[in-house]
Amino acid sequence: MKLPKFDYASPATLEEAVALLAAGNGAAKLLAGGQSLVPILAFRLAAPSMLVDIGRIAGLDKIEINDAGIHLGARVCWSDIEADAELAAAHPLLAAAMNHVAHYSIRKRGTVGGSLAHADPAAEMPGIAVACDGELILVGPSGSRLVPAASFFLGPLTTALAPDELITQVHLPPWPPTRRWGFQEFARRRGDFALAGVAAFYDLDSSGRATNTHIGVIGVSDRPKRLAAAEAILDGHVVDADAITATAEIAAKVVDPPNDIHGTSRYRRALLATLVERALASACIEH
Amino acid sequence: MKSVNTYVGQPIERVEDLRLLRGRGQFVDDLHFDGMLHAAILRSSVPHGRLLRVDTTAATALAGVVTVVTAAEVGNPVPTIPLRLAPMAGLIPYEQPVIATGKVRYVGEPIAVVIAESAAIAEDALELITLEIEALPPCVDTRTAAANRSLLFEEMGTNLAATYTAVLGDAASAFVAATTDEFRVCRERFDTQRHTATTMETRGLIGVWDDKTQHLTVYGAAKVPFASRGILARQIGLPESSIDLIEGDVGGGFGMRGEFYPEDFLIPFAARHVNRPVKWIEDRREHLLACNHAREFDCDLELLCKRDGTILAIRGQINGNIGAYIRANATIAPRNVALCLSGPYRIPNIYIESTMLVTNKTPTGTYRGPGRFEGDFFRERLFDIAAKDLGIDPVVFRRHNLLTKDELPSKLPVLTPVPQQEELDCGDYLQTLDRCLAEFDWSGKVKLNGRLIDGRYHGIGIGCFIEGGAVGPRENARMVVEGDGSVSVYVGSAIVGQGLETVCAQIAADALEMPMEQIRIFHGSTTYVQEGFGSFASRSTVMGGSAIIATAEKLKETIRTAAALRLNCAAEDIVLQPGLAISPDGNAVRWPDLAPEHLQAAGTFSSTRRTYGYGAHAAHVSVDPGTGRVEVLDYVAVGDVGRIVNPMTLKGQIVGAIVQGLGSTFLEHLVYDQEGQLLTGSFADYLLPTASDYPNIRVYDQEEYPSSNNPLGAKGAGEGGIVPVGGVIANAIASALGVQPRSLPMSPSRVWELINC
Amino acid sequence: MNVAFAVNGGQVEVQVEPRTTLADCLRYDLRLTGTHVGCAHGVCGACTVMVDGVAVRSCLILAVQMQDATIVTIEGISNDNALTPLQAAFRKHFALQCGFCTPGILITAHALLTEEPNASEDRIRDVISGNICRCTGYIPIVEAIADARAAYQSQAGSAAP
Repeated sequence: MKLPKFDYASPATLEEAVALLAAGNGAAKLLAGGQSLVPILAFRLAAPSMLVDIGRIAGLDKIEINDAGIHLGARVCWSDIEADAELAAAHPLLAAAMNHVAHYSIRKRGTVGGSLAHADPAAEMPGIAVACDGELILVGPSGSRLVPAASFFLGPLTTALAPDELITQVHLPPWPPTRRWGFQEFARRRGDFALAGVAAFYDLDSSGRATNTHIGVIGVSDRPKRLAAAEAILDGHVVDADAITATAEIAAKVVDPPNDIHGTSRYRRALLATLVERALASACIEH
Repeated sequence: MKSVNTYVGQPIERVEDLRLLRGRGQFVDDLHFDGMLHAAILRSSVPHGRLLRVDTTAATALAGVVTVVTAAEVGNPVPTIPLRLAPMAGLIPYEQPVIATGKVRYVGEPIAVVIAESAAIAEDALELITLEIEALPPCVDTRTAAANRSLLFEEMGTNLAATYTAVLGDAASAFVAATTDEFRVCRERFDTQRHTATTMETRGLIGVWDDKTQHLTVYGAAKVPFASRGILARQIGLPESSIDLIEGDVGGGFGMRGEFYPEDFLIPFAARHVNRPVKWIEDRREHLLACNHAREFDCDLELLCKRDGTILAIRGQINGNIGAYIRANATIAPRNVALCLSGPYRIPNIYIESTMLVTNKTPTGTYRGPGRFEGDFFRERLFDIAAKDLGIDPVVFRRHNLLTKDELPSKLPVLTPVPQQEELDCGDYLQTLDRCLAEFDWSGKVKLNGRLIDGRYHGIGIGCFIEGGAVGPRENARMVVEGDGSVSVYVGSAIVGQGLETVCAQIAADALEMPMEQIRIFHGSTTYVQEGFGSFASRSTVMGGSAIIATAEKLKETIRTAAALRLNCAAEDIVLQPGLAISPDGNAVRWPDLAPEHLQAAGTFSSTRRTYGYGAHAAHVSVDPGTGRVEVLDYVAVGDVGRIVNPMTLKGQIVGAIVQGLGSTFLEHLVYDQEGQLLTGSFADYLLPTASDYPNIRVYDQEEYPSSNNPLGAKGAGEGGIVPVGGVIANAIASALGVQPRSLPMSPSRVWELINC
Repeated sequence: MNVAFAVNGGQVEVQVEPRTTLADCLRYDLRLTGTHVGCAHGVCGACTVMVDGVAVRSCLILAVQMQDATIVTIEGISNDNALTPLQAAFRKHFALQCGFCTPGILITAHALLTEEPNASEDRIRDVISGNICRCTGYIPIVEAIADARAAYQSQAGSAAP
């Protein structure tokens, strides 16, 4: 499991990084924290000609909270998020989800951008980005573009990133403090990838009914998704036990989860229903 | 041994820790030799096929590659790996060639060895080797293998390599006679999943050939270096005296490491072939593919009881999914699963057939408590199902059928072929059951069975077990008085990380009546004693420790005799103090000064009678029906080991074994698809227990019934902790949910399926 | 490529291929073999070292990324004269058997207790769940780390404001 040969560059600016990616003609890969990429190389599942290390590029590791929402630089790592009390208050759903990511010594290297670009269907960051209508800023040779998270993830480990582009930031919309939210994930062991996970939230309208329901799921599909059909069940209704059960049942029906060594599709559907119920039940309680 | 021990029985801190804690261990990959080359092994990615061509031209041409070894270089015939334990002529055709020749029979089988300037270059070269393999249909399960439509060894005409039979009394007649309502037959099928030891240190070897002296030294040996040397000598065509196997620090064994593997020939062969040191360090992906797998058995068993719960007979068939070849110790688990099925219970009539079926999967060997973890799962599940069927409480059922202390010694069934007749030696199985129930608070917890509390179903389970240990035939030790008055002790036992150095030092110190700091232990390597038998089957404390005691007596006698001559008195009047011999009139002489050469003694302890530790475990689980997750709320283990030499290392072994057992029960699974490909090729998919999984374990060790088979009174204790875990947990889950688990692992998905099917 | 960094208080310069991991660089180029490689894919934690004060998996880092970094390995948190309080606690509680995973666990524990000398047992267990041990069953490891807290607390307490 020695790594295959590759060249290495550690540019100081974004422009240089983009130029190196472009010159690589699709064979150059970005290196951020390396927590997902290096194992892939160790198993020789990829053979890039060059690794472009973005570790020296200034300005990519900021956390900004303002009226426009939450802005996370691509190199923000999990422990940065964990340590930021203001962020936890500003976006409690993000904070709750990040609690499940990997382990202590990975959390100090793994990055937001890395997780988004890697696009594991069971990863938390892509799940939050989709569930919360996030947007990604991609920078390439022709400049920067904004891509909604909903159209960024195309399949397992597949995204809309062009080979000469990198993610510089992810934006999450502002989070009203009155919002009701719940996060539930099931993994076989602490820190493992989720067999299924749910990031759900809704707001309450003037008559106490759910509105703007978002139900994002991971691990039960080839990419993170929002379950519109399930959201529609809850919207406009009082969030009581019956409504929650009905929402959970629809959620299980509309997904087509994989059958693999960790669980059958049948099981994952039922697991999802359980997690939707528990996420919505916990959302009923003000945090 | 002196009457009052200073060290034996004490939780002495380990001597090996001083280097291990500082990162100063000498594991095989820590060693470096000038001019050393590195090996990488090309392994088959086809599970079954005819190996038509191996083209190494491009690989050999890669810069930094020195050569590539294939069957052609090894020669004709390619040596095979003989069985170390319970060999049979009929198994010889199923032995593994040290490199693939003619056919490949499992994904992972070695086909070529690249030797290069670096491990990275060697691995680069693997991709340049081209193979022509004509694929044949693979069989991966015992049923398909037994159908013999796709044969692994065409000339044998069958994939059934061997059948063992365990017989006691007359089970057939007992079943025939059971015609009325007075009797109940409970028939069930169970299976345990393929998994394995998964040591933290993968395997590794360094071969060093000295062309001038024609001497081969191999680093990285473990467990049974003397046996491995014998095998290598015959394969490579060298006398044993020209080979030394050196054991350094070892990152765990658990029965997997140290047996003879293809690499144990290939790497030393390569070193001689290129006349430079060659190092091979197995990577983790290789390890999951190439080291011995274990535990894959399925069974069909019938239990015959009277209505009052008295067990009359057990019969049935157990099938072993052995993998593609019969390796050095592959016979042990299939033998034990039949031999030890009855455990500590009174079962007067036994008839069990245990088959060894070859399949296109990695070959199997032993893993801690081989055959016994599996058998205990089968038996304890069968007992709980039978007890429920009869309307008898599972504890009452066990109490009724456990052998009493007065019934011991008690014979286990006779196992054939390669006949084996064992006898449970001594002990009080009812007492450990009672203690377990008390420590666990069984009577307080039993009302929780099946209750839904805070969304979780609760259940408790129990199991009783025996642990066979102290396998003979003998062990050797040698002691030398050094110039500074300290004593060096050389013992044929091997370390696998179990704290043997310290335990041996405790025993030696007490036997010699001197401080532990003045004792140094040397273990395992073939340079230390003439003949050694190694560490397996929980034998090293008993056998190695007893050999040390025997040697200590001889050394003291040697010292007294020499001192008597010098001090002009009778030998029996000499008083020994650490490093000093003193005559009745007070004259003293230092031990090193007694002779121009170092005084020494050698001793042997022989025994063919095994010891049987025993005990009972209980577990309290809660199950989340929405996810299938099982939490182990309390796990209590009670065990009697005859004699506790170091209570700290003993408890450590048992906790470690229990957590491995919980991993076996819930997490660990080497999964193959129908095409013979291993799907769990990394630690992302082969799941091991972590610190947050099983924190609630309580262990109670006792030494009420010392073994009479050795001067220590000890019984082997390294494996008992793992043996009952599967059965105990599955029984607790059954009690919680009212379902009957018949398969391991109890993954969340499987638990959920049990509830919802 | 040339890389220069500090290891255990001393400066080093190595010449390595980009594909050389930090773990391999430490073990083979610098002969600091106390750091062990258990899986080479970032799951087992045996390779954990400290880089710029933070515990990381050295099998997932390229040596060439370490220009100007400050690295501490197990050798750097040990001394010849005596076991450190953390090491002594491990010995006392029999928190190691084969010793292969031990350096990675000691570094992780050292990093944790340096940052959080009052870490609860649950927190310790949670953090250590990222290190795999096959021998001990973890219970004595958690006990040992909890026992070592006192030494880190008094260290933290005695640091002059």
